[in-house]
Amino acid sequence: MKLSRNMTGWLNVTPLLAVLVPFFIVPILVVSVASVMQTDGYGGMFMDFTLGKYLDVATSALTYNLYFATIKFALLTLVFSAFIGFWVAYFLVFHVRSKLIAMGLFLVCTVPFWTSNIIRMISWIPLLGKEGLVNQALLGAGLIHQPLEFLLYSSFAVVVAYVHQLTIFMIVPIFNSMARIDKRVIEAALDAGAGRWDIMRMIVIPMSKSGIALGAIFVVSIVMGDFFVVKVMSGGGTASVVGAFYEDISVLQYPTAAASAVILTIIVMLMVAVILRVVDIRREITL
Amino acid sequence: MTAPISARTGTTMMRRKVRKSSDRPWTFYVLASFFALYVIALYGPMISIYILSFQDVQGGLVFPMRGVSLYWFNELIMQTRAGDVSGAFSRSMYLAVSVTVITVVVSFMAGMAFRRRFRGDTIVFYLMIASLVAPGLVLGIGIGLGFNMLGIETSWYTSALGAQLSWTLPFGILVMFAVMSRLNNDWEEAARDLGASRAQTIILVILPILAPGLIAVALFGFTLSYDEFARTLQTAGPLNTLPLEIWSMTLNVTSPSLYALGTVSTVVSFIIIGVSLGSIVMLQRRSAARLNNAK
Repeated sequence: MKLSRNMTGWLNVTPLLAVLVPFFIVPILVVSVASVMQTDGYGGMFMDFTLGKYLDVATSALTYNLYFATIKFALLTLVFSAFIGFWVAYFLVFHVRSKLIAMGLFLVCTVPFWTSNIIRMISWIPLLGKEGLVNQALLGAGLIHQPLEFLLYSSFAVVVAYVHQLTIFMIVPIFNSMARIDKRVIEAALDAGAGRWDIMRMIVIPMSKSGIALGAIFVVSIVMGDFFVVKVMSGGGTASVVGAFYEDISVLQYPTAAASAVILTIIVMLMVAVILRVVDIRREITL
Repeated sequence: MTAPISARTGTTMMRRKVRKSSDRPWTFYVLASFFALYVIALYGPMISIYILSFQDVQGGLVFPMRGVSLYWFNELIMQTRAGDVSGAFSRSMYLAVSVTVITVVVSFMAGMAFRRRFRGDTIVFYLMIASLVAPGLVLGIGIGLGFNMLGIETSWYTSALGAQLSWTLPFGILVMFAVMSRLNNDWEEAARDLGASRAQTIILVILPILAPGLIAVALFGFTLSYDEFARTLQTAGPLNTLPLEIWSMTLNVTSPSLYALGTVSTVVSFIIIGVSLGSIVMLQRRSAARLNNAK
């Protein structure tokens, strides 16, 4: 039996769609529907079309504070993880001469990714706490006379935990795009009299841009959708967008939670779409 | 400045040769230290909780170590303070294995589909990306509410399984893309020219070549599921998976048994990583050896 090219394509993605339709498209639709329903106050809902929940969410000053806080974390994490990821990848690609050692060091960077994020996050507690190692060391060295309070259960700790978890999402794609830079191009530039900075500015950065964009998609979408790290590492002092609607759910305010969820999903998708304008992700990963 | 190009390349080549044998540029040392600091920051905290989990009964959450024992591991198994850790652990294992098998099969098929363009492929592709970046808890709520509306109980092996797949499949397919970009079409054509059927081409040619990549997809599937939290939270039903158990422990338990759980969970992760990477290396050695024999 000879199947047409379109048919084989669709047959092969059928299992994928069999998961994405019931577990991605339908849930998004359910949440959208729930966001225009009314609650009876006991966890039940009934249909009475209203955009009131959206109005409530959009006119609440709290919403803007939450988005401000969450987007601030996303941007800070993005900046730090991109900076660290760029230089780690650069070191591995351009400074480690043996391919085997480069691969080994690359694996050293990736192994923690395959272990639990939650465990990696709580592992900062014995270091950053009031009686933690960092404070003990600083006190011991006489640099400070009182333990630093801002290290744990603070915005600082939240950013540390995010960067610790997510830098890997920058290293891998940047490493991939840098590894694809033809070394002869750089030699040619050197021979033509280009300096270190010229090569960086005109070859390395433009050619790693797609890797950075790919990493940014992961970092932004994960931080925007997270509430766990914020909750634990800020010690409850800082709220997040997702954390707020998780609270709504625990008091059975489903429609309000659903309205916030729809707004958040739209914002995250828009942010990703903006990044996708920089990079043609499909061409980037299939080539 | 006006030196002929050949002469200039000549001197640069010499300069580079000299550099290769002796000193490295100063940037090397700066970046090497930066890299070392990164690795220390990456592993340091994890190692500190592994150490602290081996304290004895007076142990606390911070250094210094108070005694050495396996007390907190015992505590974990006895479930005196913690919840149902061993139950959560075995559920997480079953779930991760199921997710892995489905992820490998579906990612392979989708990877094959995306090798050629077909009408509507862009829609499927962006649907997949959207599923990857959608906030996990939003999907979790949607699935939970959906099951509720249909009158089906949520449970870790139905709703949570599907919720996790909506995240591991796009991931697995992205890895599959990277793997398949190195798959040469000529091999497939050669197989067809030699009279292989479609099934034979896949089983005898494509699968063996892709085997290391498929193991990598399996590794991603397993570890992403084993660690999944946001999508599982609202979909796991009455029984917890391991990350949910750890989450409730971070909120209630302030003893080193939390660290002991971290140590156990990481040991499992390391075994999985070791087995996967080991078998990838073994497969590659074997195919290299076969290539040598053929010569």
